[in-house]
Amino acid sequence: MFKNYLIQIHNLTKRYEKLTAVDNLSLNLEQSEVFGLLGPNGAGKTTVIHMLATLLKPTSGSATVNGFDILREPEKVRASIGIVFQVPSSDDLLTGYENLKIHAMLYGVDPGVREKRISDALELVGLTERKKDQVKKYSGGMRRRLEIARGLIHNPKVLFLDEPTLGLDPSSRETMWKYIQQLVKQEKLTIILTTHYMEEADMLCNRVGIMDKGKIIALDTPTKLKLMLGGDIVKLKLKKQDSNIDVLKNLECIKKIDSLDGYVLLSVDDAKKNIPEILKHVEVESVESSSHTLNDVFLKLTGRSIKEQQAEGGFMERYMQYDKH
Amino acid sequence: MTSIRVYGDKIYALWLREIKVFFREKSRLVASTFTPLLWLFVIGNGFGSSTSVTAHAIDYQKFIFPGIICMSVVFSSVFFGSYIIWDRKFDFLKSVMVAPVSRSTIFTGKTFGGMTNSLIQVSILLVVGLIIGVQFSPLALVQTVVIVLLLSFALTSLGLTLGSYMTSLEGFQMIVSFVVFPLFFLSGALFPIDKLPQWLSILTTIDPVTYAVDALRNIILGIGSHALGLDLMILLLYGCALGALGTYSFRRMKAV
Repeated sequence: MFKNYLIQIHNLTKRYEKLTAVDNLSLNLEQSEVFGLLGPNGAGKTTVIHMLATLLKPTSGSATVNGFDILREPEKVRASIGIVFQVPSSDDLLTGYENLKIHAMLYGVDPGVREKRISDALELVGLTERKKDQVKKYSGGMRRRLEIARGLIHNPKVLFLDEPTLGLDPSSRETMWKYIQQLVKQEKLTIILTTHYMEEADMLCNRVGIMDKGKIIALDTPTKLKLMLGGDIVKLKLKKQDSNIDVLKNLECIKKIDSLDGYVLLSVDDAKKNIPEILKHVEVESVESSSHTLNDVFLKLTGRSIKEQQAEGGFMERYMQYDKH
Repeated sequence: MTSIRVYGDKIYALWLREIKVFFREKSRLVASTFTPLLWLFVIGNGFGSSTSVTAHAIDYQKFIFPGIICMSVVFSSVFFGSYIIWDRKFDFLKSVMVAPVSRSTIFTGKTFGGMTNSLIQVSILLVVGLIIGVQFSPLALVQTVVIVLLLSFALTSLGLTLGSYMTSLEGFQMIVSFVVFPLFFLSGALFPIDKLPQWLSILTTIDPVTYAVDALRNIILGIGSHALGLDLMILLLYGCALGALGTYSFRRMKAV
């Protein structure tokens, strides 16, 4: 091994009686990477996280996290990682501050720096004002942010975020993204996040592994993954139906030209940048462009859409279960 | 030295959380104190007015007072095991298990929490005891606390063991009823154990609570069937056995 990877996963497999949740997965992660595991529910993303966090024993295969073997040195692995679970796991009856303090003690944070660490973490996630409120009074977004603060309290090298915005409304989701991006900038952390929201992976991650049925079926930067589909689509309506568009064939940015219902459809690399150039050559009445999403990539690879599959809403489902008791 | 402090911190953190939660859920405290008081006053006065079950010149209410203390410990300690199920339901347990804390430490912290809960409830009962005219010397008070902690340790371990194997609260409550009521009724908390039919006597002998009741009766009322030392020894043995069982169960408990 020439390179010093922060996380090395080798043939990791988790098999249940009838189901193979994670199937021979191998993956290496570098320091300061923000890596996204994208896939529909049941793809095995959370199972991977649980195995790396030593909460679940793999059926076979191995992995090291921060140089510690997940099977032989689970306690050292746990000391070096922070994790935010899919369902917030702070104690409702305790205040935000108390939750952080208890966890700081569980992680053996030195008493001399404990208070500073707690207030820094609260500041980072914007909860300083609410630190004395019981968590049951927090909104869903605030709970998630408290979880992140808790995950950072012991200065881990790796932070796992399991579906960090599941069940949040769009505006809380955006706030959450803002905090995560800030985190990446300030803390120089390596982050692994799982998500089934394409735009989330696209926005936050510098590398994405698309997961389906326990396997990683594509692995690259979001931009390159989308390029697999041959760039963006630009739809032109020409001023004169019969104008000569042959000139477009010579433009380097244009990969393909089709026509459909009186429109001209172009496959273009980086449409945003190249549309002005295209418009220099033809006179158009209207122009539209659409970018591929990671969902299109998933669709191309599996023939299914991530979106089509019902969001399991693990969060809401469990919420409803609580009510029964 | 550092590692001892860190270990102490971890247990303290787990204990602190239990105590804070205990005091914030007022209903827990009220409900769990109410039942023993009901027994003490209704059964104590009800039976006390019509029968004389004891050979000693002690009224029935005072006679069952040590038994009622044990009852409060039995109920609060075994039911404490349900909080491990709550913790799992609300995923708090997962957040503890993913911290660098060993399972035996989690078990110890949790058990200390349960023992403290029991002790708080017993303190309330002891005050009530003073009101109904039970008297203790300072030494008796210290001895009572020791016996209560021993019994509570054994039974919290039992409760947590059961809780660690179960996922539903309903299931836990069913199972626990089968454990709690025999433990309480067979302990001689409500009657003297000297002249029981043989089948009952055997069951009474294997019930750990019997020895706590006997010890407290010895300490508080000065009447006991066994020597205090023997009671203490047997409680210690039960404590070790159930503590070991609890630690084992926590080690094999699944995290997710």
